[in-house]
Amino acid sequence: MNRTLYDLIGLAAGVAFILALKGLSHPKTARRGNLIGAFGASLATLVVFFYANPDSSLPLNNLGWILGAMVVGLAVGVPAARKVQMTQMPQLVALFNGVGGGAAALVAIVEYLHLGVEATTAEVIFTVFTVIVGCVSFSGSVITFLKLQELMTTRPVIFPAGRFIIAATLASVIGVGGWVVTALGTTPLLVLAALSLLFGVLFVLPVGGADVPIVISLLNAFTGLTVAASGYVLDSVLLIIAGTLVGASGTILTRLMAEAMGRSLFGTLFGAFTAKPQDASGTGEERPVRSGSPDDVAILLNYARRVVIVPGFGLAVAQAQHTVRELADMMIAKGIDVAYGIHPVAGRMPGHMNVLLAEANVPYEQLAEMDEVNPTFGQTDVAIVIGANDVVNPAAQTSPGCPIYGMPILEVNQAANIIFLKRSMRPGFAGIENELLYDPKTMLLFGDAKASLTKVVSALKAL
Amino acid sequence: MEPMAIVSIFVLAVFVGFEVVSKVSSTLHTPLMSGANAIHGVILVGAIIVADHSSTNLELGLAVAAIVLATINMVGGFVVTDRMLEMFKGNKK
Repeated sequence: MNRTLYDLIGLAAGVAFILALKGLSHPKTARRGNLIGAFGASLATLVVFFYANPDSSLPLNNLGWILGAMVVGLAVGVPAARKVQMTQMPQLVALFNGVGGGAAALVAIVEYLHLGVEATTAEVIFTVFTVIVGCVSFSGSVITFLKLQELMTTRPVIFPAGRFIIAATLASVIGVGGWVVTALGTTPLLVLAALSLLFGVLFVLPVGGADVPIVISLLNAFTGLTVAASGYVLDSVLLIIAGTLVGASGTILTRLMAEAMGRSLFGTLFGAFTAKPQDASGTGEERPVRSGSPDDVAILLNYARRVVIVPGFGLAVAQAQHTVRELADMMIAKGIDVAYGIHPVAGRMPGHMNVLLAEANVPYEQLAEMDEVNPTFGQTDVAIVIGANDVVNPAAQTSPGCPIYGMPILEVNQAANIIFLKRSMRPGFAGIENELLYDPKTMLLFGDAKASLTKVVSALKAL
Repeated sequence: MEPMAIVSIFVLAVFVGFEVVSKVSSTLHTPLMSGANAIHGVILVGAIIVADHSSTNLELGLAVAAIVLATINMVGGFVVTDRMLEMFKGNKK
C-alpha cells in the first residue's frame, strides 16, 4: 500500500472521530456517533497492518506478538465493559482512561529507546511530554478508580506540608525532564517515569467528593494530548488529529462539568497546591432525627398533590430504579403530580441518574432538570430523596468554607415535607454533614433503598 | 513532516474539538467522556508501529504491554459507551 493511500485512510478515520464526537453530543445521534467512532478506530487499526513502517514490506515484524497482545487486550477489555454494573461504570471509564495514558507513555519510551542518539531535540521534547503526562494520567486514574470503588477514602487526602511535597515533586519532574532532553539516557527517562507516576498520585489524592468526575474528565483530556504528542514522534497524522480532538473536546467537557457542579476549574486543578485541612464539621455528636415507618411515608404520599422524587447514588447502589418507577406509577394513578428532580451530578457522574431511570423505562417527560424543578419546590407537598445527600445539602448555599459551597443544589428544603431514604446517618460522598436531616419537616426512612421502597409500595397499595 | 503543517493540523483540530462539544446537555457528559476516552485508544496504532520496529527484547516487551493496554482502552471504551447509550432506547416511545 502506498503512503498516500495510507494517509487518506488515516484522514477518513480522523473524520470519523469528528463525526463521532458530534454525534455523541446529541441524545438522538449519540449511539450512532459511538459506532462511527468505533468504525474509525477499527479502520485505523486494520490499515496499520498493511503499512506500519515505510522501511519494511509485509508482513509486520513481531506479528505474532502483536496479534497475541491484542487478543489479551480484547479478552480483558470486552468482558469488563460488558459485565460492569451501571453503578460501577464511572470507575471503569477512569480505568480505561488510565491504561490508555499508560499505553501512550510506553509507546513513547519504546520509540525513545529505539531512536537512541538519532532522536532530534523536538522528538525528545515530545517524548518527555508524553512520558510525563501519560504516567500522570495512568497513576491519577488508578487513584480515582480506588476512590470511586471506595477501596480508599473518598474524602480529600491532605497531609502536612502536602502542597510543598507536591510542588517539589512537580519541580523535580520538570527538572528531570530537562535532564532527559540534555543527557539522552535510559536511566533519566525511567527516573522521569517514576517521578511522574508519583506526581499523578499526589495530584489526585487531595481531590475529594464531587470533584472526582471532573478530574477523570481532565485526565481523559491529558491522555488525548499524549496521544497527539506521540503522533508527532511516530509521524502519524491520524494520532495527532485523534489525540488533539480528544484533548480539546475533553478540556471543554471538563469545563462544562465543572460549571454544572458550580466548581471553579482552576480550584479543582490547583486544589493540590492550595488544599487546607477542612473545618472539622460533623464531629459526630448525637442529634435527634425523626425517623418514620414505610406506613408513615405511604400516608404522606397518599394525601399529597405534588411529589418530587430526587434520586441519588443510593438508588443506583440498591438497583431500585424499577421499584421507584412502580411507586411513581402508583401515585400517578392516584392523580398525584409526580416529577423526578434530576441534579446534573447526582450519582457519581453527570447524567448517571438519567441513564439509570431510562433503563427502568421512566418516561422522559417526567425527568425534570434542576433549573426546571427548583422553582416548583414551594408548591411541592413531598420531596422524596432516595440515596442522595450532597446534591440537596443546603450547606452549599449557606456555609462558605464548606467543600461544596457554591454548588447548585436541588432546593428540597422548600418542600412542605421531606423524606430521606438512607442506609445510615453516614454523610454523602463529599463527607459533609447535612443539616436538612435534622430539619423538623424531614422524615428519615432507614434501610436499603429498594427494600424501603418495596415496603412503601405495599403500604400504599393497602391504603 | 513539515513543522508548520503539524502546527496547522494541531490548531485546526483544537478548534474542531472545541466546536463539536460546545453545546451538550449534562445528560450526555458521561457517555461523551467515555466515547472520547475510547477514541484516544487509537494509540493502539502507535503501539503496533513501535512493536513492528522493536529491535531488542526490552523494546518488544514494553511495546506488547502497550498493545494490551491500548486494546483494553479502545475496545472496552467503545463497548462500555454503547452500553451506556443503549439505556436511552427506552425514551423513544
